Amino acid sequence: MAPLFRLAPPFCESRIVPSVFPEDSVGLVSPQLLHFSEPLALACGRSLADYELVYETYGELNAARSNAVLICHALSGHHHAAGYHSAEDRKPGWWDSCIGPGKPIDTRRFFVVALNNLGGCNGSTGPSSLNPATGKPYGADFPVVTVEDWVNSQARLADALGIQQWAAVVGGSLGGMQALQWTISYPERVRHCMAIATAPKLSAQNIAFNEVARQAILSDPDFHGGHFQEKGVIPKRGLMLARMVGHITYLSDDAMGAKFGRELKTDKLNYDFHNVEFQVESYLRYQGEEFSGRFDANTYLLMTKALDYFDPAAAHGDDLAKTLAAAKANFCLMSFTTDWRFSPARSREIVDALIAAGKNVSYLEIDAPQGHDAFLIPIPRYLQGFSSYMNRIAV
Amino acid sequence: MRADLEIIQEWIPAGSRVLDLGCGNGELLAWLRDNKRVSGYGLEIDQANIAACLSKGVNVIEQDLDKGLGNFASDSFDVVVMTQALQAVHYPDRLLEEMLRVGRTCILTFPNFGHWRCRLYLASRGEMPRSEFLPYTWYNTPNIHFCTFRDFEALCRERRVRVLQRLAVDREHRHGLASRLWPNLLGEIGIYHVSR
Repeated sequence: MAPLFRLAPPFCESRIVPSVFPEDSVGLVSPQLLHFSEPLALACGRSLADYELVYETYGELNAARSNAVLICHALSGHHHAAGYHSAEDRKPGWWDSCIGPGKPIDTRRFFVVALNNLGGCNGSTGPSSLNPATGKPYGADFPVVTVEDWVNSQARLADALGIQQWAAVVGGSLGGMQALQWTISYPERVRHCMAIATAPKLSAQNIAFNEVARQAILSDPDFHGGHFQEKGVIPKRGLMLARMVGHITYLSDDAMGAKFGRELKTDKLNYDFHNVEFQVESYLRYQGEEFSGRFDANTYLLMTKALDYFDPAAAHGDDLAKTLAAAKANFCLMSFTTDWRFSPARSREIVDALIAAGKNVSYLEIDAPQGHDAFLIPIPRYLQGFSSYMNRIAV
Repeated sequence: MRADLEIIQEWIPAGSRVLDLGCGNGELLAWLRDNKRVSGYGLEIDQANIAACLSKGVNVIEQDLDKGLGNFASDSFDVVVMTQALQAVHYPDRLLEEMLRVGRTCILTFPNFGHWRCRLYLASRGEMPRSEFLPYTWYNTPNIHFCTFRDFEALCRERRVRVLQRLAVDREHRHGLASRLWPNLLGEIGIYHVSR
């Protein structure tokens, strides 16, 4: 419908959407939902009769359908990777630093697809969705999904979007594991694999941290065996603790030191246990609080299990080079010097295996103080390497 | 292509697998890929060089040569190349051994400290030689292990390394009669092809 009247400039400024977003932003975006009714067999032996995936796209798919890039998200990520949902949004999507016109994943060249994984809590079918068999939320009854399951569901999304082959599959952390799995599960469907701050499998220490996070949730009285939704509560304390312990592992000692040091929030010590005294405590509580309000506890449990289970070489006699032998993609791996959750040594294991398998691979070890979180931060050297690689990809 | 790389490429068989230590901007590997179907990897630590390699589509691995080649399997490359880096590493002898473990043959280039200009500079001025080609002062030079051709060949004899081919060239990489007759005095850059 045409506007009844037009406001003269200063008044209509805020209505002109493109002007409120930075020039290198994909701008206003909106999520889309796809329904899949063909059952998806899962690694756990169960299957999902039907499910929905929510996703966003940025840029234009070219006529040859050769410029599609898949973004795989990490533990707490989702489909909103870039741009804004409304002019009022305070923050853009979670990887806006790397996706947009002129950015490493340049939306002037690439058609970018970002989805929320199965089991998520941002719109794709997951534990908080209604189980059609019972009419109640799945809760703890939602099947445990693996990285392989996700890649299979992403392949169906690609089919639905008419994308036979990705120009690149890109991801950091748990997202990097999915990118790697793509080259193993669907070697013909990936031309380039960009795996950032990731690992070929978790270490015992990694699993231990995940277990602490899970126990925090499982032991919260409000968890109710995973069926808290029916009771109208959320295991807020457990989720908060899980996020707090996770957050410690995403930052480096140096980054925490630089950000908080031993700075106090109060002007003196209180000699009790009830007050928030150190800035770092306040920060962790804020992170936990914010997270527990937006994330589903059952999804958190699922995501940590997917991380723990990922070990593609296990089916090939623990020989990673053999596991990757059938891959056809060109690879680029990047790690960050102060990342101790997925340290550079873990990325090098993948690089060494790829070299042993005779694959095309490049590897960058970015000197950065931010720890595991660095992959989300616009560090100049990181963006330069990322862009140099992506710009070379023929579409 | 850089003049020394032009000479080196002739010693690299078509279709071979090459590891280039300190690969710079990836010029050699890109040329070998496009002209001789050579596959391989370059090791580099300089950021601008790494970005240049990525832009050329050359496989580049960020790796410090001083930390060794322990991540590469024995005999996994046909040729291991290292141009103008031998004098800049902490343990040239150990790296040479590592190169020979990883590659069937190795090609190295390095500046000859026994060249007459160096000798004259040191003899007449009593100072560490500086030139347009090697402009550093002694305290800030990346070149910490200079040697002469005779020094290098003595190391090869001691470690039972065979010199397959040797070329002494001037700074424009010309190899005339003079540098063939009296290499250690008249050659500025040595290009060695060695194996076990």
